[in-house]
Amino acid sequence: MAEFNPKIVAFLCNWCSYAGADLAGVSRIQYPPSIRVVRVMCSGRINPAFILDAFKNGADGVLVAGCHPGDCHYIAGNYKAQRRVLLVQKLMEAFGLEPERLRLEWVSASEGDRFASVVKDMTAEIRKLGPNPIKMLEVED
Amino acid sequence: MATPKKEIPRVGVFVCHCGINIGGVVKVSEVVEFAKTIPDVAYAEANLYTCSSEGISKIKEAIKKYNLNRVVVASCTPRTHEPLFRNACEEAGLNKYLFEMANIRDQCSWAHMHEPEKATTKAKDLVKMAVAKARLLEPQDEPEIDVTPSALVIGGGISGMTAALSMANQGFNVNIVEREPELGGMLAKLHMLCPNFEDASKALSSIVDAVKSNQKINVLTSSEVEDVKGFIGNFDVTVKKDDKPLKLNQGTIVVATGAENFEPINMYGYKSNENVLTQMQLEKLLKTGDLRKPDKVVMIQCVGAREEKGRQYCSRICCGVAIKNALIIKDLYPETELFIIFRDLQTYGQEYEACYTEAREKGVHFIKYTSSNPPEVSSNSEGKLTIKTYDAFLKEMVELESDLVVLSTPLIPQKDAEKLSKILKVPLGSDGFFFEAHVKLRPIDFATDGIFVCGSAHSPKDISESISQALGVASRAAIPMANKHVRADAITSIINEDLCSGCGTCVRICPYGAIQKNEIGIAQVTSVVCKGCGTCAASCPEKAITMRHFTDDQITAQALAALEG
Ligand SMILES: Cc1cc2nc3c(=O)[nH]c(=O)nc-3n(C[C@H](O)[C@H](O)[C@H](O)COP(=O)(O)OP(=O)(O)OC[C@H]3O[C@@H](n4cnc5c(N)ncnc54)[C@H](O)[C@@H]3O)c2cc1C
Ligand code: FES
Repeated sequence: MAEFNPKIVAFLCNWCSYAGADLAGVSRIQYPPSIRVVRVMCSGRINPAFILDAFKNGADGVLVAGCHPGDCHYIAGNYKAQRRVLLVQKLMEAFGLEPERLRLEWVSASEGDRFASVVKDMTAEIRKLGPNPIKMLEVED
Repeated sequence: MATPKKEIPRVGVFVCHCGINIGGVVKVSEVVEFAKTIPDVAYAEANLYTCSSEGISKIKEAIKKYNLNRVVVASCTPRTHEPLFRNACEEAGLNKYLFEMANIRDQCSWAHMHEPEKATTKAKDLVKMAVAKARLLEPQDEPEIDVTPSALVIGGGISGMTAALSMANQGFNVNIVEREPELGGMLAKLHMLCPNFEDASKALSSIVDAVKSNQKINVLTSSEVEDVKGFIGNFDVTVKKDDKPLKLNQGTIVVATGAENFEPINMYGYKSNENVLTQMQLEKLLKTGDLRKPDKVVMIQCVGAREEKGRQYCSRICCGVAIKNALIIKDLYPETELFIIFRDLQTYGQEYEACYTEAREKGVHFIKYTSSNPPEVSSNSEGKLTIKTYDAFLKEMVELESDLVVLSTPLIPQKDAEKLSKILKVPLGSDGFFFEAHVKLRPIDFATDGIFVCGSAHSPKDISESISQALGVASRAAIPMANKHVRADAITSIINEDLCSGCGTCVRICPYGAIQKNEIGIAQVTSVVCKGCGTCAASCPEKAITMRHFTDDQITAQALAALEG
């Protein structure tokens, strides 16, 4: 069987995490090509529905990344993101989807290396979990 | 609110090779062919450099020729290049919010350099995602915001003072925040300055006097920046002066916090032998006139710099500084023998090269060592120093006795640079110095509007280079202050009054107090106060809030496009 290449949808805040992802590239730090980045202004913009929609449509993982606590460009959007992500993880558990498929990470504009290691780590973890079971359902149908 | 009739999207996609930066990894022609198959894409092409004037004209031509009403550029990052491409759209008569970028360089080709196939697949996905968002984009207006005509300069060294004076002379108020009790920075510790052997204290006192007597400049010493909120034009700054908080409203911010000098603890007998000094300590002895006549002086270059791991950069100033101090000692004590042991001599530019020639003519000896064979310094019981070094020209070991060993050590980032970078939300590079928006195109801007960097805060530099940057920064910062306005982003929230139930969640959650209930209990946004984070939209149980340019539909469409096929 071909190696499973997970697809991770990543919502990155413009000010820290998106900049951190850029810095990883500028510094030529290599990480797996598994993520697909959606830029938002702040992690506080992320509605739980965005995450659930991504899983419903077959995302193997979803990453929400924002500024470190206390550093949000809009004061506290990241704390709101944290609460929402916890909520979605509980929902996922209830649905029987591994909550590890959803991650919230803090990545600052100067942490290119951290961004890369988050992607590496998450990709490896999701490889172990296997594809999003929703996709399997479709195959069985 | 009646929904206006939507026009059918005609998206143009421009895929950039960025020389080999993208084209060397991602198969650009494949991405272009793929783009043509995406619904609503009316036109797609590849460019060698989409951001070149040729690339920009191609976008403008294509908008007209193919009647495009949305544009996607797949290239580098919107954080540096979105303004340029948006302008191109505007010049071709397209509202600049009808533009979207796919980041296939910084977040693709550069990060997956050894996986061309997968990088190409990812680039296609990123283009598909950008098109999915672009199809749903709507034109926006940008409100004008006022700019406070006052600048904050952090750091009162030569760079900060130069920038402050230049801005003050252009008519703007300036606050200088200096951590130490006195202005001056590193310059206050130096004796004479290369390449022209000017007295450092004279150079310093003339600028300090000019700063202190300038009515427009307010100097805050023993002060530090504690907190910065807001955006270009209106930064709310909290400064701690003598442990008391002080609030400042500033239009622009200049980072001029300089650098520290590396202390080579445990290297070449430094600290254990008092005759092993740094160039900085030698400057002090020369300044105070306390240097007794040595028979021999040996200077060692690149101490703690250009390392294989760790501090890899060249500190740029040390070769000039060593030659300067060798010449000064030669002038004071013509009989003293001087040796400079170097790895590669970087006396760049005409003036420094002239100093080097002069040093050779005056009999300063230069010995080249290699990084694999660094010199060794030992001392006998009387404190006499022996230096053993490989001579790369003679290809043999040589041994020197000396009264004094002087270590040339690099400028290194300020200890609290990271703290300041977090307060300002601007990045540091891998070497720990402040990191500009673009190494070639925007060398003194940060990616964040209204914040600039100059001097050795950015990287090791001599004084003339620091001054050039400081003057550059002063004119960059003056642009918005002279215009008195900048165009604010249009990215704010709007409330659909028909859907709002008046629950008040958004009123409570908005970090800026930008949302209030009106007389009938319905939420209302004050657009100029709204900063566009979108937290309200994410929390509205009625889905009554739309974030301009980041609507629920746009974000979802972009995310789901990644998962198709
Ligand atoms: C040994 C030695 C010899 C040199 N000789 C020469 C020479 O001969 N010719 C030459 O051209 N150059 C020379 N240089 C280089 C020169 O010192 C620098 O180019 C120059 O000092 C850079 O000025 P600056 O204002 O950018 O930084 P600095 O001089 O470092 O000034 C920075 C200022 O910012 C303040 N600061 C730092 N952090 C904060 C903070 N968080 N908040 C508030 N304030 C802060 C510091 O206290 C300091 O006053 C020499 C350097 C060394 C080490
Ligand atoms: S802006 Fe980064 S999390 Fe809010």
